[in-house]
Amino acid sequence: MAEATTETTAPPPPTREELLAQAVAALPGVRATRVALEEVVADADRDALPALMTRLRDDPDFAFEQVMELCGVDWPERAERFDVVYNLLSVSLNHRLRVVVTASETTPVPSVNTIWPVATWWEREAWDLFGIVFSGQPDLRRILTDYGFEGHPLRKDFPLTGYVEVRYDEDRKSVVYEPVKLTQDFRSFDFLSPWEGLTTLPGDEKVFTERAALSKPAASKG
Amino acid sequence: MSETRVLEPGPDGTQVVEIDSHSINFGPQHPAAHGVLRLILELDGEVVERADPHIGLLHRGTEKLIEYKTYMQAVPYFDRLDYVSPMCEEHAFALAVEKLLGITAPDRAQWIRVLFAEITRVLNHLLNVTTYALDVGALTPSLWGFEEREKLMEFHEAASGARLHANYFRPGGVSRDLPAGLAEQIAGWAETFPKWLDDLEGLLTSNRIWKQRTVDIGAFTAEQALAWGFSGPPLRASGVPWDLRRAQPYDKYAEVEFLVPVGRNGDCYDRYLIRLVEMRESVKIIQQCLAKMQPGPIKVQDRKFSPPRRSEMKRSMEALIHHFKLYTEGYHVPAGETYTVVETPKGEFGVYLVADGTNKPYRCKIRPTGFAFLQAVDVMAKRHMLADICAIIGSLDVVFGEIDR
Repeated sequence: MAEATTETTAPPPPTREELLAQAVAALPGVRATRVALEEVVADADRDALPALMTRLRDDPDFAFEQVMELCGVDWPERAERFDVVYNLLSVSLNHRLRVVVTASETTPVPSVNTIWPVATWWEREAWDLFGIVFSGQPDLRRILTDYGFEGHPLRKDFPLTGYVEVRYDEDRKSVVYEPVKLTQDFRSFDFLSPWEGLTTLPGDEKVFTERAALSKPAASKG
Repeated sequence: MSETRVLEPGPDGTQVVEIDSHSINFGPQHPAAHGVLRLILELDGEVVERADPHIGLLHRGTEKLIEYKTYMQAVPYFDRLDYVSPMCEEHAFALAVEKLLGITAPDRAQWIRVLFAEITRVLNHLLNVTTYALDVGALTPSLWGFEEREKLMEFHEAASGARLHANYFRPGGVSRDLPAGLAEQIAGWAETFPKWLDDLEGLLTSNRIWKQRTVDIGAFTAEQALAWGFSGPPLRASGVPWDLRRAQPYDKYAEVEFLVPVGRNGDCYDRYLIRLVEMRESVKIIQQCLAKMQPGPIKVQDRKFSPPRRSEMKRSMEALIHHFKLYTEGYHVPAGETYTVVETPKGEFGVYLVADGTNKPYRCKIRPTGFAFLQAVDVMAKRHMLADICAIIGSLDVVFGEIDR
């Protein structure tokens, strides 16, 4: 049985995640790394992506053999509205890394399909749902949406109900596409209560600032 | 493109060639396609040159819908992804939300989740192995398997109230405790199931026809499997000893003992064998869960995250308010992002959840396991016979609720 020793004064040794974050931060093309919720996140330059990803795969210190997932996130208020998120996994070293690059509707992101062939379908999906363009991707077809679909449904400005609906027309003996007709307007209820700290009521600014000051040390602790 | 064959070289240097290329549609209504898969096959005679899977025929926009639902309302969507192993998918989402909220489910809830995740694993492998056998021509296993699945679905129903779409694993625990007597029933089933597995193996494992149809079909090396994003049984069949339950344990998986089977050849037959061993290991885990489970709370006792009991609401105003707030507004999840994974029966199933501090997810990306498998069918099926496509798709265990989302 190992004895449990309690050291309260010494600073804790860096965790595996922190060590990985430091190592990744030293790579060319990485802007910054952070460890949040025990997950390592690296913000990278879009143009340096192929070299960085090749290094991450081939360097035995990182050995990320797999890109488990690749997806877009839409932040419409930003200048470059999309995040392209790569979740990498190393099965030999048992660690994960999330690489994030940004892109706009027009700036292409270099494809990683030559590094991991599985990326082709993930990139097709990101193109289909967000309209993120991947340069060097030979097969940038739509994948999840219908044949002939227009628009990119996971963008925040794409309505939940979509624009067209499909039905089978008995007279024409074919499938027809028509504009969406809702018998009742789509309702998205705002259940956010104003006293939960998200919005500031007029005349209530003082409470808001006090609360922000209170929550600051808690945030830096966690 | 199909191969061109030179028939005879002409006297003046010209060549007479024969191009025999035709493409056929496999699906979307083919019984061996395991759902709505449209596979466009380019054939050279009966040999597959290229397979182009067209997916998305079952696309329901789950990720978009979840952005408009509170965290609690999002759970049932996960049942409807991989409808063959519903509780394991919920598990990923529950763990992701718990991670963002910074809460941990109580011990009993974690044991119940491991217990039902393993029951779900057996449920999934039973369907896969037996219908895979059906695809290559063996009828009996599926008849036997569905009978056995029915027993397991009764356990699902007893615990959650639903046979398939359970909505049982919630962020913070499970929706309710096991009913009295269920643990004994599960223990009784776990006693008899290995015997049933022996019978199934008697039908298939050394069956001459089964081996002719699966051995050396769709073989993938470990390097290929890694490059194509494989996980779960197909990755292990290729010889990579990787199981998230062991490598990155969640809930109580660190406290149970089980073996991780690893194959050698990475062909369809190995994938079948891996699933059989996994079912036996699942039974062991189920027995350990039942032995180690102690009475106790089954969800977080913080009323800001988990609803109060009905009886409490009859007496306590506070409980009533909490209930009302949870079922209208839901809880607020602090801003942050996480990629949380679980080992579902099919492999790594992940949820990339971006929270912006409100009561609804800002983005919920679902990493479907079968997506990567299906993409590799093109490489895997190259120069195989048309009939082998059924064996390959069956062995990869694809379900379109999950792939198409």
